[in-house]
Amino acid sequence: MFSYYLKLGWLSIRRNPLLSILMISAIAVGIGASMSTITVNYLMSSDPIPQKSDQLFYVQLDSWDPNNQGDDGFEPPDQVTYIDAMALMKAGKAYRQVASNRSGLVLEPEGDDERPFSVDARNTWSDFFPMFDLQFLYGSGWDDAADQNMDRVVVLSKEINEKVFGGENSVGRSVRMDGMDFKVVGVLDDFLAVPKFYDVTNGAFNDPEEIYIPFNLAVEYRLDRNGNTSCWKPSDGDGFEAFLNSECIWIQFWAELRTEQEKQEYMAFLDAYVEQQKQLGRFPRPLNNRLSDVMEWMEIQEVVEEDAQVMLGLSILFLVVCLLNTIGLLLAKFLGKSGDISLRRALGASRSSLFIQHMIESAMIGLGGGIFGLGLAWLGLRGIEMLFGDFVENMVSMDWVMVLTAMALAVASALLAGLYPTWRACSIAPASQLKVQ
Amino acid sequence: MEIGPIWRALMRNKTGAVLIALQIAVTMAIMVNAISIMQERARVMARPSGVDEHNIFHIASIGFAEDFNERVTVEEDLNALRALPGVVDAIQSNSVPMSGGGWSMGLQTEPGAEIDGTGVALYFVDEHGIDTFGLELLSGENFTATEIEWRERTQTKWPDRTIITRAMAEALFPDDPDSALGKTVYINDDEPITISGIIKQMQAPWNGWNGVERVMLVPTHTLFGSTRYIIRTEAGLRDELMPQVEQLLAEREKGRIVRSMRTMDETRERSYRGDASMIKMLTFTIVLLVAITALGIVGLASFSVNRRTRQIGTRRALGASKVAIARYFMTENFIISLAGVSIGAALTVALNMLMVETFALTRITWYLVPLAMLTLCVVGQVAVFGPAKKASSVPPAVATRTV
Repeated sequence: MFSYYLKLGWLSIRRNPLLSILMISAIAVGIGASMSTITVNYLMSSDPIPQKSDQLFYVQLDSWDPNNQGDDGFEPPDQVTYIDAMALMKAGKAYRQVASNRSGLVLEPEGDDERPFSVDARNTWSDFFPMFDLQFLYGSGWDDAADQNMDRVVVLSKEINEKVFGGENSVGRSVRMDGMDFKVVGVLDDFLAVPKFYDVTNGAFNDPEEIYIPFNLAVEYRLDRNGNTSCWKPSDGDGFEAFLNSECIWIQFWAELRTEQEKQEYMAFLDAYVEQQKQLGRFPRPLNNRLSDVMEWMEIQEVVEEDAQVMLGLSILFLVVCLLNTIGLLLAKFLGKSGDISLRRALGASRSSLFIQHMIESAMIGLGGGIFGLGLAWLGLRGIEMLFGDFVENMVSMDWVMVLTAMALAVASALLAGLYPTWRACSIAPASQLKVQ
Repeated sequence: MEIGPIWRALMRNKTGAVLIALQIAVTMAIMVNAISIMQERARVMARPSGVDEHNIFHIASIGFAEDFNERVTVEEDLNALRALPGVVDAIQSNSVPMSGGGWSMGLQTEPGAEIDGTGVALYFVDEHGIDTFGLELLSGENFTATEIEWRERTQTKWPDRTIITRAMAEALFPDDPDSALGKTVYINDDEPITISGIIKQMQAPWNGWNGVERVMLVPTHTLFGSTRYIIRTEAGLRDELMPQVEQLLAEREKGRIVRSMRTMDETRERSYRGDASMIKMLTFTIVLLVAITALGIVGLASFSVNRRTRQIGTRRALGASKVAIARYFMTENFIISLAGVSIGAALTVALNMLMVETFALTRITWYLVPLAMLTLCVVGQVAVFGPAKKASSVPPAVATRTV
């Protein structure tokens, strides 16, 4: 029966080509508009590291100004101070822990014709690479000893390795940056975190850094910091040492805690640490430390752009308009077939079989709308990319989840739109329409 | 008019009419709210930055060599830049309006750590700052060459004098902003700093900040390793001078790189790209939406004309004129549209309340609602005109035929 209904549906669609085209385009436009915005929102709110996002915790310590609520009320600040980052690293109470910040260096390629260029860098620790599951093309990250000894080692991104070494295995070779020679220990494979969860403070949708160097080394040589720095009170005196010992926050701290018990122990450790610092006159606010896993942290930092949410809401309403449109057109179409329907009823077709037949026809229209809608959504995403430029380049590609969502949404919409017209069509009495003829 | 019979006929077959009315209502809700968002974005984008945007460009310089002497480089760079024919003036600074990255501090009228300061964006400039940015000094005096200090990144001490914007003066002294000149305020909780000048207007680097017009100029050259030069040219010479400046800086000192050369026009474009894109996307959405609604009206009206061919013929045969038939369908559509825009007005306000609550959006201005109601009624009339015309051309003889 199913294939017979498919055939009937096809015939019916072909009988009123104009009406059918109108319906399919209405659904296609609705799907295109809503799917392009759904895709952007989906990618913005996606889990960047699904295999362990519930084991990675962002650490917030409330070291902030007791007198100033700031815009967020008494929320703990979104980064930590150098003193605290170093104390937590030294304690090493988590399974893995990483303090990191963003910086920039000038890289001088070999050869006299090559011009120096600046690279985005992340100052970090050896645990960074295994903790965030970074894959290596060549070599590996550095070890704990390199962190402690401030070895001049560097991990390159795939792009920088291509730019400087033509994509060869560069492990063991040396790169000159900021007047120092760094030894390459590893080259990363393609790596793109959307959102860039490990540093949303400096732009949740920025590209990953181009090189990675030991944190202690960057501090020792006072390399330029690029990220956000906030201070609530002036440092005691001038100079870099005073800055390091100040209450300025500029470091992101992550801890890997594999179980609920590890998490609770770590929380207890943080609280104890802050209590001990309070004895020294720091942490003037009440105890308020936080551990947020990746998705909680994305939520707190509101990484999904408000504009994207507004567009999502409007485009779903847009789909509603398209559906109302389709209901009207389907109604016109089905009622236009009253003669057919009552003839079939008179010849013995049951209401339920007519219902199924018309729902199948609706679904076919939905499927058609979905296929064209996918194309329109792709165009819509290209349009968004063209308008917003680099900022959105990581947010405008559809994966198979989105493709399936689009098709499902289209068919579901068409079935929904088909319900009322089908019900009306099925309630046509047998033979009632035959009389006039 | 024949509203009575039209109404009764509508009531007998209301589904199609209800669908169209609902469609018009939702269309109106989206349309008005989208236009309201566009108005707000356009208003934000129209704010002046306070600087001579069309004639200014900026370029970053980053030292890297071990023997790089930043102070000498900056002094010589500035001399060379200011000597270039076509350059009005040039300075070294930490940022420019709308660039998105900068430095902020708090100023307070009384000393003390327990007092909340007023946030302010700061630009490090020398005595050429006002001239280079093209600012208007309302009162007080410009900095002098002798008072310009040199500052390391981690220095905490601040100069004795500052020039602030009028908006900052209003924020500090809300009761009597005119008295701000010559007053002493405090930076870093208790370090005194005297207001030696007031400029009319200038924006902070962050265009989304609610204190975007609160700015202070600090008489300081910076030794931060990386810096930015801001160059103002004579009208029309900017594009010509840009490559010259880039080459001049790159070749003058090899221990640094220059990059990110950008005009202020481009800085503005990048800064507001999100807003400009929203406006374009929303415009496109509205056009598409109205088109779909109009097509829906055409589709359903044609269907209803087809179904009523025999009735139309009968009416014609009974003496109704062509105009009367067309008027019937036009009036019918007008009734439906009127119902639609009435529901739409309620829906619009409801959607707006929801959006204001969920997102930080502004309320719709009242006149948008009647304007949208009128527009959609006109769109409905235009859309139904075709089918109505077709209906009016049904010959009276149809009445005599079966089907």
